[in-house]
Amino acid sequence: MPTYSASEISSLGGDRETALIAGDGGLQFVNKLRFSITGIGAGLAWLAFGLSCLRWPDIGDWPRTEAVAYTAFAIAGGIAIATTAQAALGKFGDGVQRRAPWLFALGVFLTLWELATAKFGWLPLPFFPPPQSIVEVYTDDLPKLLDSAFASVKLQLGGYFIGAVVGFLTGVSIGWSRLAGYWVHPILRFIGPLPATAWLPIAFFTFPSAWSASTFLIALATGFPVTVLTWSGVASVSTAYYDVARTLGAKPSFLVTKVAIPAALPHVFVGLFMGLGASFAVLVVAEMIGVKAGLGFYLQWAQGWASYNNMYAALIVMSLLCSGAITLLFKVRDRLLVWQKGVVKW
Amino acid sequence: MKAYLKLDHVDKVFTRGKVSSEVLKDINLSLGKGEYISIIGHSGCGKSTMLNIIAGLTRATMGGVILEDREVNSPGPDRAVVFQNHSLLPWLTVYQNVRLGVDKVFAKTKSRAERDEWTMHNLNLVQMTHAKDKRPSEISGGMKQRVGIARALAMEPKVLLLDEPFGALDALTRAHLQDSVMALHQKLGNTIVMITHDVDEAVLLSDRIVMMTNGPSATIGEVLDVPLARPRQRLELASNPVYLDCRKRVLEFLYERHKFVEAA
Repeated sequence: MPTYSASEISSLGGDRETALIAGDGGLQFVNKLRFSITGIGAGLAWLAFGLSCLRWPDIGDWPRTEAVAYTAFAIAGGIAIATTAQAALGKFGDGVQRRAPWLFALGVFLTLWELATAKFGWLPLPFFPPPQSIVEVYTDDLPKLLDSAFASVKLQLGGYFIGAVVGFLTGVSIGWSRLAGYWVHPILRFIGPLPATAWLPIAFFTFPSAWSASTFLIALATGFPVTVLTWSGVASVSTAYYDVARTLGAKPSFLVTKVAIPAALPHVFVGLFMGLGASFAVLVVAEMIGVKAGLGFYLQWAQGWASYNNMYAALIVMSLLCSGAITLLFKVRDRLLVWQKGVVKW
Repeated sequence: MKAYLKLDHVDKVFTRGKVSSEVLKDINLSLGKGEYISIIGHSGCGKSTMLNIIAGLTRATMGGVILEDREVNSPGPDRAVVFQNHSLLPWLTVYQNVRLGVDKVFAKTKSRAERDEWTMHNLNLVQMTHAKDKRPSEISGGMKQRVGIARALAMEPKVLLLDEPFGALDALTRAHLQDSVMALHQKLGNTIVMITHDVDEAVLLSDRIVMMTNGPSATIGEVLDVPLARPRQRLELASNPVYLDCRKRVLEFLYERHKFVEAA
């Protein structure tokens, strides 16, 4: 009975000899295993984190210590297995291996954090809550946290969208039309540099609801950088491109939509990026002061109860959302601006 | 010969604030249909200004341009321009760059499928179909010029205006592209106005060479007929007495009678 088939060998390519000697499938798999020092190191770091949770008694009352420890053990095992069997796991194995040094650093950091807070109290409580108390927020207060996150996303999206569209249109018109530039430019110079948050007290009184006031402020914070960058993008389009289009017999509307706007898009995306940053700041402040929902409100509310673990938990969610939004923006940019060389990767 | 394209007493004065400078003075030139004309002169003699006036990108201060008995003073697809560089829109692919012109000119007369076919036909004329989905940043300078030529040809212009089309290319690519343009001119019979400062290029390609005096207030100094039969072969011409004589006369004009004086 043949122990291998021709196709099996050819598919292995360079490993032909190993395959011939090993013969059966199980041994072939074993041959693919490689111990990686960084992978084992990362596994050990997480193991240390888990052990540090169990080895000493907590100095406070945190019900999730054991669960966190066992999760850490599971992660340690997962990292060790994934990096050892990297070749067999394909993309996932590669991903874990590439992040192994970071996973190691994270494991060490969590261990130190655990020791410094829950076990020996080197850092003052409750300002520095241990990992298990933050995990406790995610397990016990999840619905409220999700509601807040959802409210924040909703408010942010609406305001950002309005601000981006209005800013883009304003930028294109003042970049293109001298008349629009004459009238809008001074207003832009006067109002634009004003931090949007300075409008807060007025906005909350003049708008019918806190929600509409916040939407306005977020749109304002987004709109200013988008307008300025779109404007500079349109203004800096090479006249050679216009000449080309004009010799094709292009009308002004064609010049705007087919030449000015595509050529200005790299600038527009810088504006959208800056607007995103500015609008996050406004969002959080607006939620803390007026809107009775969202992650900013959650932070404020948690501070009232001095529950610092809730605040850290909310900060982590907030950071993931903001970072996710920027990642999304860069993804869209990479797709739209494939023609641009040497763009920064986020 | 009846004039197909005519520049009639064209003057151009650029005015900036209170300073005005006369760039072109009393330019008179007539082209027959299917004629290939080169404009040669030292830098700063207003060659490009002259081309831009024909293209309609710049307006003449006095006089005008007449194409087929009609005055033209704004840009239009009947006068296609091949620019020296920067002529392709970087966010469009090779195909889209040519298609842009085709869509503009044949929006009403050709169906979508016909426009696609016509675009591909013109890319094929300059042998660029293989790179149709590439973007300008991914192809060489010579290829970009080919695409620029395809885009101009695809508009079926009455006059093709070439603004130093081979100036930024290396010698080999330039020779190759000159041969392509000659072949296309032979095949399609376009009326062509080309700006150059390369004497060999002017003699090799043109039916007539228009030699410009130095600016300011540049004007046409002399027009030289190139009585060489077509198709022309660059290697055979190298020792042809007519070719050598034409070449000599252009050189004499440029370097003896109208020697370039460095502007202060």
